[in-house]
Parts: sequence; structure tokens; C-alpha cells
Amino acid sequence: MKELVELLAKSLVDHTDEVYVRKEESANSILLEITVHKDDIGKIIGRKGRVIKAIRTLVWASAPTDKRVLVELTE
Amino acid sequence: MKSVEIVARTREEALELALKELEVDESKVKVEVLEETSSKGFLGFLNVSKVKIRVSIKEDMAQQAVRLLREILVNMGVLAQVEMFKRPGYVMLNINGDDLGKLIGRHGQTLNALQYLVNLAMYKANENHERVIIDVAGYRKRREENLKRLALSTAERVNRKGRKEILYPMSPHERRIIHLTLQNSKEVMTYSEGEDPHRRVIISPKN
Repeated sequence: MKELVELLAKSLVDHTDEVYVRKEESANSILLEITVHKDDIGKIIGRKGRVIKAIRTLVWASAPTDKRVLVELTE
Repeated sequence: MKSVEIVARTREEALELALKELEVDESKVKVEVLEETSSKGFLGFLNVSKVKIRVSIKEDMAQQAVRLLREILVNMGVLAQVEMFKRPGYVMLNINGDDLGKLIGRHGQTLNALQYLVNLAMYKANENHERVIIDVAGYRKRREENLKRLALSTAERVNRKGRKEILYPMSPHERRIIHLTLQNSKEVMTYSEGEDPHRRVIISPKN
């Protein structure tokens, strides 16, 4: 899942070598936190959040069903 | 990516040999210099320069899209084949395999997200990009037929009861199918309300 988020993020940004995804797993949830170059933040969010929503949709489709999965972007 | 490595005395010579072997012209390749040695022999008589280059055929947008889609599927844990068809004005990628329901999602939501992201990536990486349409085992065609049926049966009910009906939220492409199906209807008219992704088609009596 972490690799999926990394792949998707890298395919959308200009600064591909500044894409980091941190995974934090607890008993009932998984947090995937994306960090990108500041000029690329808009590309990951998209107009009205459309891009980040699409990334979440793909992650949720392939996520284990027993845990809540959160995909967030940090500054 | 198809490539060849060639050793020759000069870059020009190496490139010429490589293009002959790959049977393409220079505009379609990427050239990397791997090694370059040049030693002037005694008084310049024995010139033993040598150059080694790698010449690779550039992927076009359709091939890039196939590669990206395959990588995404692998990372989603989906075992499937991807077929590519070039059509006038767009590229069609068809995914085939077993148990691909999760790739489609509710009302095609997951498939639409996949198509949207692949298009964005291609738009970013290519000056001359074409639209990429992704389908899973003929799903889009079946969906179109279902939407037409939904449009006709809802229109029939609206006409019978004389009361408008609101359909569930749809993508612009899906709404278009509803509007086109009913555009020549004498009994009902269609319009949309709301903001994407919650925009809905409304079918209402004409009078």
C-alpha cells in the first residue's frame, strides 16, 4: 500500500525525488502520510481535492478490510 | 524498452550503426554515452579513440500508460493482463483477469479514479498526450447499456406519475449518456443539479 501511494504520487509531481510516504500502523488503523516538495502540494491535492480522493479510492480498493486506512498529506 | 549498445570510433558512427540496427530514425531514440576514450597516438598518427553508446527506443505515450497501469495493478495486488489499442484521438487500455470487481468499485468509482490518475500522469509527462480510457473486461460497455435502460425506465415512470425523479450521482460521462438517451423524448426533459462528484441528473415531465 505504501508502495502504491509512492508510485501514484511520483507519477504526478515534478520533484519525484522528494516524495516520501510514512506508514504508521496501529491495532485498527493504518496511516499513510505523504510528503512532497512544496511546489507539488497542489498536484497531489488537485482541484477540490479530486486527486487525493482518487488516490484514496485506489488505496481503499486494495486495502485489508479489517483496518481503517487514512491517506493524508503533510507539509 | 528496446535498446542496443554499440562501440565505434566516433559517436556519429556508433549512432548510425545503432539506428540501422533498431530500424528507426533519430527522433525516436534516446542516446546515452557509456564510455568515451580518446588517446592521440604518436604524433597523432595512431588515433585510437573509442566510444560506446547505448541507444534506446523512446516509449510513446501509449506504452508509458501501459507500463504505469501495470505497475499500479502490481502494487494493488491485482493479477491481470493489460491490452492496449490505439484509436483515433484516444488510447484504450483493457484490463483482463479474474476477480476484478474491486478494480471497478461501486458504480465504477475505482475504475474512474484509476483512469483519472493515469490521465493526469500522462498529461504531465507528455506534450502530445491523448486521452486514455481504461476498461475492465468490457465493464464500460455494459455500464452504458445499463444507464440507457435506467434512463428509459425512469422516464417512463416520470411520465406515468407526472412527477420528477432524481438519479444517483454520476460522472460527467455517465450523465451525458442519460441526457443523450432522452434528448428526443416528447414526454420528459433532463437537467443536472449539484456539484461534482455529487452532481445528479433530474428527469422531469415536460409539461
